[in-house]
Amino acid sequence: MSALELLLQQLINAVSIGSLYALMAIGLAMVFGILRLINFAHGDLIMVGSYVALLLMTLGLPFFAAAAAGVAASTLAGLAMERIAYRPLRGAHEISMLLTSFSVTIFLENLAIILFRPTSRAFPAPAFLRSVIHMGQLRLASLDLIAIAIAAVLLLALTLFVRRTNIGIAMRAASQDLLAARLMGINVNRVIATAFAIGSLMAGVVGLLWSARVGKIDPLMGFNPVLKAFVASVIGGLGSLPGAVIGAYVLGGLEILLQGLLPSALTPYRDAFVFAILIALLLFRPNGILGSSEKEKI
Amino acid sequence: MEPRTPPVDQSSLRSRLAGPAILIALLGVFLLVSHFLAGDYIQRIVIIIGINVILVVSLNLSNGFTGVFSLGHVGFMAIGAYAASLLTLPVSLKAVNLPDLPGWLGAVALPFLPATLIAGLLAALVAFLVGSSLMRLKGAYISVATLGFLVIVQVILVNWDQVTRGARTFAGVPPHSTVWNVWIWASLTIFVVWRIGRSAFGRDMRSARDNEIAALSLGVSVLRSRLLAFCMSAFLTGVAGSLWAHFISSFSPKSFSFTQAFSIITMLVIGGLGSVSGSVIGVVLITVLSELLRNAERGFELGALHIPPIYGASQILMAVLFVLVIVFRPAGLMGGREINVREILRRIARARPGKGAA
Repeated sequence: MSALELLLQQLINAVSIGSLYALMAIGLAMVFGILRLINFAHGDLIMVGSYVALLLMTLGLPFFAAAAAGVAASTLAGLAMERIAYRPLRGAHEISMLLTSFSVTIFLENLAIILFRPTSRAFPAPAFLRSVIHMGQLRLASLDLIAIAIAAVLLLALTLFVRRTNIGIAMRAASQDLLAARLMGINVNRVIATAFAIGSLMAGVVGLLWSARVGKIDPLMGFNPVLKAFVASVIGGLGSLPGAVIGAYVLGGLEILLQGLLPSALTPYRDAFVFAILIALLLFRPNGILGSSEKEKI
Repeated sequence: MEPRTPPVDQSSLRSRLAGPAILIALLGVFLLVSHFLAGDYIQRIVIIIGINVILVVSLNLSNGFTGVFSLGHVGFMAIGAYAASLLTLPVSLKAVNLPDLPGWLGAVALPFLPATLIAGLLAALVAFLVGSSLMRLKGAYISVATLGFLVIVQVILVNWDQVTRGARTFAGVPPHSTVWNVWIWASLTIFVVWRIGRSAFGRDMRSARDNEIAALSLGVSVLRSRLLAFCMSAFLTGVAGSLWAHFISSFSPKSFSFTQAFSIITMLVIGGLGSVSGSVIGVVLITVLSELLRNAERGFELGALHIPPIYGASQILMAVLFVLVIVFRPAGLMGGREINVREILRRIARARPGKGAA
């Protein structure tokens, strides 16, 4: 494999994993932008969607129908989460909301453990998601290409949505100043519910791609993706949508880079390095790459 | 005429010492009872409560007093547990279980107390290194960054095979923890954190928590007070880790999970951030409650009704309870106040002569 091919191969790997992180990070960033809530339970939406899709597949539904139902289930779960757990907390302290989202996580994960047993189950991805195209020395997994394409479409759709539609513009207004938006007659609850719905839908899509990638699912499967999405959105600047996307691709690149550059004795420590770099970055850019660097007003 | 409370100079040494003396006496009776009269099961719970008291009260020092909401303290507990166990593990056992230990560590076997102190100091040192950068961050960023710290600790524990046995169980730690040494550490923790809370230093911490800019403008060194609180709290958490390791005897990196972190935070928030007595109440309440729930989820008979085991149900109930507390009583049970023993004594003393006269 030539150096160029190696570079290209790793680039595809990085963009593909970055795309998954981006779709996750968007959901976190949208909610944080409006509510200042770090929704840790966002990861569990992945789990909800994957389990629903798997159950319907075992009942004999074709993949696409099951996948659509899985994404719908994630979306509904996200809306329910907002309505039941987060709406009573409007205006609460940042930390109270973060802790509530932990409770939601513990609740959903244990519910899944009770319903589906704690052990993992195989996730049978259809053949077209598992095929590999060989181009010269390049090895293109269809899953990677599909993930990249889906992310591109969804991110484009989201951009159009927040710029062109009324509710999208209202959403941006709410994230700039929730109180002012409310005074301008924006129905804040509707905006927040929409943000949750969009984020959860994307989490549902990520869930299917992630499960197909890993090949199995378990009740705690949301922990790692949501942690990575956190890192991505913090790198980009919490609350900024473009920041979240940039942060996600930076994180994907960083992971692939560390995987390739670290001596093999240290590769198991990759995630430790990722977090160490995150902490170091926060020291120099406490608000992330795109975060506002405005001083606190006295 | 109702006599006012006596001015300070008249308050004799006796009345000033009455509160602490009564607390110590009560604790002594409690320990004697649990040592001699209680069965193994109750003793275990008393020990668990003691360890949780250290964990939660010391977490309060950082999260409650300075407002630096750390989610990574379980990482310090893990450091304390592994470090102390490596020091107390019998040499013969080390040769079998950990053949690749560095020579000096393989040959050393310390008594419990020095091992615990060293473990605590190591945790404090790590806290100093991590904290000198983390303490500059704000609000939720600190929380996420400390969670990152916990992930780093876990990755290292799982992969550092020759010292930690990797993901495998670290077993054979001598069961040194007793009701007595655990509760001596717990009382010490309560006393120290209580005193810090009432000292000028504690006021610095609170002022930095409530309004950082105002505190800075009054000359409070916010960074220094946060960092010191973080390190002291890490020391005590490391000690608790050692006590826990010498109680449970065998553990693995999984023992220091996010779930564990969350359960400690639950106790802290339910008791009330910033209140030492609240922390103790939170610990007792939640530890006993979760023990009862854990027994219940194994399944039980209710009259003729057979309730099957539902593992995980207790966690679900705790999560719901926690959200209810955050929604309806966001400041926790004690709301940052303390139980004032002297005030209670004074009330009792005032009530008694009234009764006698009637």
